[in-house]
Amino acid sequence: MIRVENLNVTFGAATVVRDVSFSVAAGESFGLVGESGSGKSTVLRTMMGLNRSWNGTIEIEGAPVKSTGRKDLARRAQMVFQDPYASLHPRFVIARTVAEPMRINGIDNSEQRARELLEMVGLPGAFGFRFPHELSGGQRQRVAIARALALSPKVLLLDEPTSALDVSIQAEVLNLLSRLRRDLGLTFVIVSHDLAVIAHMCDRLAVMRDARIVETLDRRQLQEGRLVEDYSRELLAASGDV
Amino acid sequence: MSSTLSIEPISSRQALRMARRAEFNRFVSRFRRNRLGMAGLAILILLVFCAIFAPLLSTHDPYLPDLAKRLSAPGAEFWLGADELGRDIYTRILYGSRLTLMIVLQVVVTAAPVGLVVGAISGTYGGIVDKIFMRITDVFLAVPKLLLALAFVAALGPGIFNAVLAITLTAWPPYARMARAEALVVRNADYVNAARLAGASQAYLIVRHIMPMCLSSVIVRMTLDMAGVILIAAGLGFIGLGAQPPLPEWGAMISTGRKFIFDQWWVATMPGIAIFLVCLGFNLLGDAMRDLLDPHLRQRG
Repeated sequence: MIRVENLNVTFGAATVVRDVSFSVAAGESFGLVGESGSGKSTVLRTMMGLNRSWNGTIEIEGAPVKSTGRKDLARRAQMVFQDPYASLHPRFVIARTVAEPMRINGIDNSEQRARELLEMVGLPGAFGFRFPHELSGGQRQRVAIARALALSPKVLLLDEPTSALDVSIQAEVLNLLSRLRRDLGLTFVIVSHDLAVIAHMCDRLAVMRDARIVETLDRRQLQEGRLVEDYSRELLAASGDV
Repeated sequence: MSSTLSIEPISSRQALRMARRAEFNRFVSRFRRNRLGMAGLAILILLVFCAIFAPLLSTHDPYLPDLAKRLSAPGAEFWLGADELGRDIYTRILYGSRLTLMIVLQVVVTAAPVGLVVGAISGTYGGIVDKIFMRITDVFLAVPKLLLALAFVAALGPGIFNAVLAITLTAWPPYARMARAEALVVRNADYVNAARLAGASQAYLIVRHIMPMCLSSVIVRMTLDMAGVILIAAGLGFIGLGAQPPLPEWGAMISTGRKFIFDQWWVATMPGIAIFLVCLGFNLLGDAMRDLLDPHLRQRG
């Protein structure tokens, strides 16, 4: 479903992602963990074509990202951003925000569908006519999720989907994501610094440090604490109970 | 309301309108709390009122000389005195408000959009486009406004239309600068990225996302700028390159009054007060708008 091979990303002189490779099967949920600055978000943004200076191979559903058109790519994969306060247009009511990708792609009946999407993420009816500043952080993130699903992509890339939210809301949003993945048969790539989130959500994960993938493991290995690298162990210890 | 929404698609438009109106009402009620802003608005409403109803409010003919009564002091017949040709200054100020308003509107409706478009394109595209646009802007900004306007008028010939054109040509660069600065911030915002991920073109992003976000700064700047525009227009009138006699332009009126300033002070002072009041009005309104709209002063959420 997703194949990333020997990905290198540079910002000027700095190499922020070095030789990263992983693949994700259809329907799987893959996690990328690591501390701030380890390059995990950059991997996601590059996969979505938001960075220009990179080399290596990225394929989504067999389509190479480099040579695939934006609109084609848009229907394959979408992204949910970290900060729900910055990811919604402050002057649009949320129904319009959700309908926007469909409008851009000339899909009919976008209003109707936007309403359905909002209902699907638990924001029914009149919510659609509120402005983002009238919503809580968790509600905004739901809107962002609804927007990401507007073009019915099969792959959802989630960049720290809950780290801007409070703990009580985090679980709600994560449960919503799990439900959507099950119902819609989505493939997830989740980036987080929080091992607990990754452990809850992902079948497999990769630990990143200083622009590289240090270790790739599955959930069982994580739960049993069978970690090879010292760094992964430190990370696990630092995040407490998983 | 929510139940009717999901059943009737037509009511969604109403709901949207209601949401917008609620937003607008909130804006109005916040604006009302700003006393100085309201004072500014009142002055400007008065200006518009004067401009529209000048023929009804005036007591004399603004152009008809009455040499027997030249330079009459303010009194029962000439409320604000008479000028060197015996024309009523009060009447001329009323008619002059039309010119002032026209100049301001023309400059604003031309300069601000030009600056906004140039700035938004420049900031969004970056690179070579940005460099070219911004260097042109720099050249315009490097020359003092009045001087540049003077040069244009000198080249095009004096007259109110050319004055407006000259002021417009000097007024757009600050808007371009500002819009560019806003665009630079907005173009990498996540909500713009989200639209980009959905396959939006640059043009779509500029028109739908970036320009609306620059708009509030532009409006603020525009209101604050209007006072400057009036002063430049009056300045051009004063040195004889703006509105030509017998048009009752305030700057030109001050200019003729200059000769009598020691003995007949009202000839120059009355239009001066008019300019002062209108500029004050625009500035007060501009400050209030900035308090309300400036994204840098407004806290998030």
